[in-house]
Amino acid sequence: MDFRFSPEEEAFRQEFVAWLEKNLPDNWDPSRYRNYDSTEEWARAYCDFQKRLSDAGYVGLQYPKEYGGQGRTLMEEVVVLQTLASTCIELRVPGVVTHGMAVPTIFVCGNEEQKREFLPKILDGTHIWCQGFSEPNAGSDVANVSTRAVKENGHYILNGQKVWTSFAQVADYCILLVRTDPNVAKHKGMSYLLLDMKLPGVEVRPITQITGEKEFNELYMEDVKVPEEMLVGKEGDGWRIAITTLMFERAIGDAMMAAAYEKNLQIMVDMARQCRRAGKPVIEDPIFRQQLAQNYIEVMVLKYHGLRSLSTQIQGGIPGPEGSIGKLLWSEPNQRITESALGMQGPYGQIMGGSPWSVQDGHWQYGFLRSKGNTIEAGSSEIQRNIIGERVLGLPKDMSRAARQ
Amino acid sequence: MDIKLNEDQVEITRQARRFFENESPMDFVRAMFEDDRGFTDEFWRKMIEMGWPAMRIPEAYNGLEMGLLDLAVVLEEMGRAMVPGPFFSTVLLAAATIKAAGTDSQKENYLPKVAAGEIRGTMALYESDGGADMGYIQMEARTDGDGFLIDGTKLFVPDAHVADFLICAARTQAGNDPAEGITLFLLSTHAEGISISLMPTMDGTRKLCAVEFSGVHINGDSILGGVNEGWNALRPVLQCAQVGLCAECVGGAQRAMEIATEYAKVRIQFDQPIGAFQAIKHRCAQMYVEVESSRSVLYWAAWAQDHANPEEAALAASVAKAYCSEVYTSTAASALQVLGGTGFSWEHDIHLYLKRAKANEVTLGDPVYHREQVAQLLPG
Repeated sequence: MDFRFSPEEEAFRQEFVAWLEKNLPDNWDPSRYRNYDSTEEWARAYCDFQKRLSDAGYVGLQYPKEYGGQGRTLMEEVVVLQTLASTCIELRVPGVVTHGMAVPTIFVCGNEEQKREFLPKILDGTHIWCQGFSEPNAGSDVANVSTRAVKENGHYILNGQKVWTSFAQVADYCILLVRTDPNVAKHKGMSYLLLDMKLPGVEVRPITQITGEKEFNELYMEDVKVPEEMLVGKEGDGWRIAITTLMFERAIGDAMMAAAYEKNLQIMVDMARQCRRAGKPVIEDPIFRQQLAQNYIEVMVLKYHGLRSLSTQIQGGIPGPEGSIGKLLWSEPNQRITESALGMQGPYGQIMGGSPWSVQDGHWQYGFLRSKGNTIEAGSSEIQRNIIGERVLGLPKDMSRAARQ
Repeated sequence: MDIKLNEDQVEITRQARRFFENESPMDFVRAMFEDDRGFTDEFWRKMIEMGWPAMRIPEAYNGLEMGLLDLAVVLEEMGRAMVPGPFFSTVLLAAATIKAAGTDSQKENYLPKVAAGEIRGTMALYESDGGADMGYIQMEARTDGDGFLIDGTKLFVPDAHVADFLICAARTQAGNDPAEGITLFLLSTHAEGISISLMPTMDGTRKLCAVEFSGVHINGDSILGGVNEGWNALRPVLQCAQVGLCAECVGGAQRAMEIATEYAKVRIQFDQPIGAFQAIKHRCAQMYVEVESSRSVLYWAAWAQDHANPEEAALAASVAKAYCSEVYTSTAASALQVLGGTGFSWEHDIHLYLKRAKANEVTLGDPVYHREQVAQLLPG
């Protein structure tokens, strides 16, 4: 067993850290938790930075060159993504769905033409993708998707609505789960399409979220004509594709979250030195020290469990449903981390950023609110525990669900 | 990066699982729970034959010189089977300290005999008011001719009643800082002035003793490591022992989870297995999340003691001890809840796991102590 990077990976990491120091965007200020006023500006910053990474050869390290990748290793990809997560996570957020879901789906399940057409333009920062799974009546019950795709003369005609579609307002394409056959069991009647967001009949309406930002949207489709070449896999394969590709990206996602949280804990330690309580820095208070340590322990749990899953995957093991635990290990601790940070601030905990009274420019106020989405997005905690209970531990489905299938 | 057990470790696990299933089934564990001695000579002899006490002893002293992770996989199985007896005290406390701090002749005198199962040892660390803080040692050892004289009481000393020798940490220089002024003494449990009595522990599978020292004289050549320098020698030993406890915790929690999950599949209420209800299913899923992630942390901590720098080793030990021990307690308690009234009965085994979990949680630093250690080691 060895928990270290190899000497080559460590050298590569240092090389990338040195490159990154010189190549962060000029208009990006690391001391601010948000540098962009609008989602559009934010997305542009992501694309420009992705282009810069691409020009330097730091994108798609695990993917073959013919698809715009570098033909190197998954471990090197992790090295880059972890470094980015701990340095400038803000510049990565608009690309999370793109890289975490669209890329592995197309790479693993797409055909040769799809891979050659779409992957290079994602990796070089030309395109942003969004994910159209959730609908008003298909939240945790994703298989309840009712957006219809009817095949007609070499096209699929789409009608329906998606919701909670992050970055749809700036996305060029969408990975879309649709119903192609309403007459078979729910899981079997779904298909996986790639949707060009500029097609006539696609309409995006931003939704303002708890933080006041507009990360996510409603996505309406009215008689949208999608060429049949945009089908991934076969008709009826939608559910299987959606599930398998989710699993492949989890270990990388966990490793990135761990890196981002480690950085966040450093920010919290700084804050605990600045914030005072009864004349003494909070960091000297035994109760807050316990909280801080517990937060750190949970980050270490995420980190080393994530590395273990990743190592299994690299050695050829196919990631199993036990990968589900990574989602719980980053989403729930982030809520506890941000809550304890607000707690340390006392009455300042309620002051938002951008004022002389703000603590760390409102970093933790934003974080606290944003973290409430963590246990909902990408499969709620309840769904994760269903998956673990049923697929890992072999517990029975509840009777109503078992009867329905 | 390579984070999985190697073939040898998988084989060690398999052998240990089979051995304990045969030699330490739950009726044996229960008999030992009620028994003051807490193990049988036959069981001890068979464990020696498996070579486990020799795993961490250097080859020069007839040991196998293996890594902490190799031992941890055995300890995980011991935790799973709730193995009673003085293995932990002899191997992870006594022998490990002699290996770390002993002179060549001390090692020569003790380690081969431990490896061969001829002697057992333990460590006397805790005192009456230092229960939660491992390093809060006040017992004084005064100079007495060419040696020292010890008076006072040590508490929570594991298996002292069946040990041949013990290592006593006492203060040879005034102050509260454990890093300065602690000396380790190696002495026979039969030395004049020592009296040993059992403490009434919740977990009957691990016996704890009160050890009274009244005017016990110790020769100058019975010091382990330097005078006043005991704590520095002890620290890495205690870290390894903490990791060892973590391994036991992971194994015990794993078994408690399996017991609850198996029950949830067969216990029918409201016309269906209770595991179909999310109230139970999610409880079991949470056990899995915690048990599997505590295993990841255990691997890191075990690896770090042998391969990482001292700071990372210390951090990993405290992170793991706080996390794995709390996971064991919460898993055992949660399993009990899944079992309902059955789980509350003496007849069902789950209470044995809960009791061991509580014992492990407070042994060698409770979670509050270890979180404070983590806070002191926090980067940034």
